[in-house]
Amino acid sequence: MSTKSKRESFLAESMSDKLYDIVVRALVAIAVVICVYPFLYVVSVSMSSGQAVNQGRVWLLPVDIDFSTFRMVMDYGELWMSYGNTIFYTVVGTVCNIIMTCLAAYPLSRQRFFLRRKLNFLLAFTMYFSGGLIPTYIVVTSLGLYNTRAAMIIPVLASAYNIMICRSAFEAIPEDLFEEAALEGANDFMILGKIAVPLIKPTLAVLTLYYAVARYNDFFNAMLYLGRRELEPLQLFLRKILLLSSSEILQSSGSVTAVAAAAQSTIQVRYVCIVLAVIPILIACPFVQKYLVKGTMLGAVKG
Amino acid sequence: MEKRKAKSLARRERKVAEAALKPDTRLLSGRNWKRDKYLVIMMVPVVAYFLIFNYLPMLGLYMSFTRFRPGAGFAGIFTSDFVGLQWFKQFFGSPYAWRLIRNTFLLSFYSLIFGFPVPIIFAVCITQIKNKGVQRVSQVLTYLPYFISTVVVVGMINNFLSPSGGIISRILTGLGAEPENYLGMPQYFRLIYVASGIWQSFGFNSIIFVAAIMAIPPELYEAMDVDGAGKWRKTWNLILPSIKPTIILLLIMSLGNLLNVGFEKVYLLYTPGVYETADVIQTYVYRQGIVNQNYSYATAVGLFNSVVTFIIVFLSNRISRKLTDTAVW
Repeated sequence: MSTKSKRESFLAESMSDKLYDIVVRALVAIAVVICVYPFLYVVSVSMSSGQAVNQGRVWLLPVDIDFSTFRMVMDYGELWMSYGNTIFYTVVGTVCNIIMTCLAAYPLSRQRFFLRRKLNFLLAFTMYFSGGLIPTYIVVTSLGLYNTRAAMIIPVLASAYNIMICRSAFEAIPEDLFEEAALEGANDFMILGKIAVPLIKPTLAVLTLYYAVARYNDFFNAMLYLGRRELEPLQLFLRKILLLSSSEILQSSGSVTAVAAAAQSTIQVRYVCIVLAVIPILIACPFVQKYLVKGTMLGAVKG
Repeated sequence: MEKRKAKSLARRERKVAEAALKPDTRLLSGRNWKRDKYLVIMMVPVVAYFLIFNYLPMLGLYMSFTRFRPGAGFAGIFTSDFVGLQWFKQFFGSPYAWRLIRNTFLLSFYSLIFGFPVPIIFAVCITQIKNKGVQRVSQVLTYLPYFISTVVVVGMINNFLSPSGGIISRILTGLGAEPENYLGMPQYFRLIYVASGIWQSFGFNSIIFVAAIMAIPPELYEAMDVDGAGKWRKTWNLILPSIKPTIILLLIMSLGNLLNVGFEKVYLLYTPGVYETADVIQTYVYRQGIVNQNYSYATAVGLFNSVVTFIIVFLSNRISRKLTDTAVW
């Protein structure tokens, strides 16, 4: 009797375990499909023939593969100019961001530094309270940064949050290493460059990703501070193409881009632009995955 | 007598030892500046940056009590006419105040209650996948949307929902619904905002829960195997209780962001037709300040927002510190 009920319960258990496995796999599959399908669809539309797109025959994979829209978009001078600007803002901005972050995080991680607590408070307070949009705008424009490339870099030189992440990475390094170097006569700059920075490479990889993505995706600062077309980054160009209707594009620029966009199926031009804009991010993300867990954990602990 | 003397001596010694351990933080001590001169030099650019781009704007908040004239420059803030609370009265007396506060709160509140559980459920599911390759690939694919720019995400939403041939409209038509311009209808704005926000962030937000689940010692699973527990019971009685501290901590942290609506996304997504449900404090500040150049009025509205945010963040941090000292890590 008891063995029988045991076997029954075992069977019941394994049935429910099977159900569990099915539910779990289904949910993961749904999540992946929801995240991937929109991009796949965009890529497929961008690579299909205009006729197939207009007739609504593209659902999943490209129909009548045709790269003519790609070729046309590739000819836009404005696209490449904004792409070049974005690369400049991203590279220069990220390098400055990382340098500033290390320079701030290292002193703040030194227990003996006599200004440590005061400066920590100075930085941390900016995470809780800010002057807001308008006063910041007035400060930036009063400094003469309006319509300069510096407006995309200097107002966002460092993030207090990322400095805190970097600081806790420095704090995790054993103190002996620093003491030894100091005894051998190394000053703080040498210690920072030769010992501390190489030891926190995983954290710096994550911070580089965060900063670079923020610089690459920055739209709002560009909208606020850049009025001249030859300075505009990719995101501003994308906004014009993706969100304004083709007649508005015509009105706002009157450029070759707009005329061509109006002639070709607007939707395909838009999707080609999305593909071209997203490619760098798709390439960068998988590389830093192994560091990502560490980075987010740090952020949560110190946040 | 002797004993008491020895005790007070010991106390004094301890005090001296403590003083030696405690770093000297006096600002006016030349020895301090000399000893830490390199650290001070390192901090100079960063401190300058924070003073200019974070603390000067805080000083500039004074303009919400004055009548600032456009084009007067930063110094002009302090020479413009003082008007007291005029702008605050104007804002709270206007029909917009309640609408803006309601919209700002509701957008972030719905994002929180619907968006918070998703990454947890997803993290539980993905850690049950035994094939490491499949697990890793699914993880990368689901956190990718997090890194896509707001402009592109909104561009996709816009074109997918377009009544003329957008993919979502086509699917809805296939299911028998009338294609409509959903983005132009106020009753759908919150749904679109919240759903797309979950889509963009659940994969990334699950990373920390995945790490917490991975950190559960395997012996605990084995102990439950001995008890004959099935997978459902393991999930309820082992996995969820084990990551409870992480869940609580992150919940409190997101409470701190309760008035921090993604300004960029609302700005790119909304149209005047849906202001009723879509207009939030920050977009209003942008329109009043940057577009209409009512600098002082917009600053006053922004100051109200900053103060409320500060109170919320401060309180949630207080709670989190209390809990983290006892419960988390």
